[in-house]
Amino acid sequence: MNWRAIRAIVTKDWKVIRQSRSVILPMVLLPVIILVLLPGGMGLLLSNLPSDSPDLTNMTSDMQMFFNNMPPSIAAALDGLTTEAQKTAVLFLVYIFAPLYLILPIMVASVVAADSFVGEKERKTLEALIYAPTSDRELYVAKMLLPWILAVAVSVIGASLYAIVVNVSLWPMMERVFFPNMTWVLLALWVSPAAAGLGLGAIVLVSSRASTFMEAQQTAGLVVIPIVVLMISQMAGIVYFGVEMVLVLGLILWLIDAVILWYGARRFQRGELMARL
Amino acid sequence: MNGVIVTENLTRRFGETLAVDRLSLTVEAGEVFGFLGHNGAGKTTTVRLLNGVLLADGGAMQVLGRSPQSDGPAVRARTGVLTETPSLEERLTARENLTVYANLYGIALPQIKKRVDTVLEMFDLAERADEKAGAYSKGMKQRLALARALLHQPELLFLDEPTAALDPVAARQVHEIITHLSRDEGRTVFLCTHNLNEAQRLCDRVAVMEHGRMLALGTPAELGQQLGGRARLEIEVAPGDTGQAADLLRSAGATEVRVEHDTLYAAGIHREAVPGLLAALVTAGIHVYRLTPVEPSLEDIYFAIHDRANGEVAS
Repeated sequence: MNWRAIRAIVTKDWKVIRQSRSVILPMVLLPVIILVLLPGGMGLLLSNLPSDSPDLTNMTSDMQMFFNNMPPSIAAALDGLTTEAQKTAVLFLVYIFAPLYLILPIMVASVVAADSFVGEKERKTLEALIYAPTSDRELYVAKMLLPWILAVAVSVIGASLYAIVVNVSLWPMMERVFFPNMTWVLLALWVSPAAAGLGLGAIVLVSSRASTFMEAQQTAGLVVIPIVVLMISQMAGIVYFGVEMVLVLGLILWLIDAVILWYGARRFQRGELMARL
Repeated sequence: MNGVIVTENLTRRFGETLAVDRLSLTVEAGEVFGFLGHNGAGKTTTVRLLNGVLLADGGAMQVLGRSPQSDGPAVRARTGVLTETPSLEERLTARENLTVYANLYGIALPQIKKRVDTVLEMFDLAERADEKAGAYSKGMKQRLALARALLHQPELLFLDEPTAALDPVAARQVHEIITHLSRDEGRTVFLCTHNLNEAQRLCDRVAVMEHGRMLALGTPAELGQQLGGRARLEIEVAPGDTGQAADLLRSAGATEVRVEHDTLYAAGIHREAVPGLLAALVTAGIHVYRLTPVEPSLEDIYFAIHDRANGEVAS
């Protein structure tokens, strides 16, 4: 592997996307909305609701299926909490938000990869790169690295930010640092890199057919559908984001990544790319 | 196989279409080789094959002694390619564009800055080196793309329609650069163009392509000979003598005679027949003020070759 050439392509792509609003805006706005504004707003709201508020009762009654079927480990975690408001806060910010968090690495990876793979074709800059003395494999690795690194970085930083927001906004109610738990540590370090790979893989699959950045991104956006399904399933008491579930989810995503990226590497040939320019 | 580029029956298909059809040619070191043809003649596909970017469906080729098929990166490390569109990162400065490729081509790290400055200077871009390439004029972009292709001092340079989108001033600058690269630096240049004046001015030898097939190969003079050594004549006569002169030219074997004002343009007369023709005109009492044999231009040759090929196809 010619790592110097790979680093040159990664550096170039980074310099280019830093100047692209259509890439930078979702990279910044998405974590701010999902990991700061939404949990922060919810935390402040719950901290300031009176303990006998009917809103609180309504929120928990909507989640009866979740409570009825939850595994013992989650039940034990909630049992340690004394008030209804505390239970509701932990329920939403620790468990219900968990699948929502996975949208972040998928979206960041797919937006950056769409610019890196298809945007380059759209800007007509790919041809010069194809004539560079790199192998197909080196070009493929170079194009994959930046989206993956950025998605993981944004996810890990985002999770840290989320931990701060959750603890600060709920401090009046909890009066202790209660977050992150093991589920979220695994989500950030084990599942989110795999989810980033999934977003990346989706772009690799659609990149040969998509002719514009927007087209690629829209098609790859379908990958978040399973995440939405996970979220709904948890609310319905079908799956729970406990430690075991997160470990298995990560493993499944890594396996899917391996298959998609292996298939993508086989199909990634400069001749094919050139024929579609 | 000798020569910087050697191909034997090189073939490439796209579905049912033969993009390159049994191409056999040799390009020698240091020559400017013109690859002429309309759009879709197979020029760009050939460049891609010779750089190992596309794989051939048949035949053999060697570029700089290596097979582009099996040794693509090693071939591309020694070639420079100017693509039809400049293919520049417009969000990066000229210096950044060049630095990326200096790293890709493996120029030694301590030498990168010096080499980048050298090519920026050579292509008259030094003063605006830190401006984004997107702010450049078409001519400047083309010069920057050419600078990028030469950054690693390649032995063989492929230029694909280097002046296609340029105004005459910018095109002239590019012509001067190509001449310098060939004459002063001894680089081999493979020039794809459909600009026949450009080819005539720059190329030592040319190949004429159509629908992936090579119709002719040689120096412009050799190709002129292939047309039978026939020249065009421009003859200026007295105003009342044009009709008689036209008849005489036709009877002397001219295949085409055209009259504009007092000047006749005749094609198809052998150069050896010109003195006899002049004597016949004078003997016939025609007042001849000027008779100029005009050697066939590359344009004449090109169209004659195409007409001949199309005639063969039609028959």
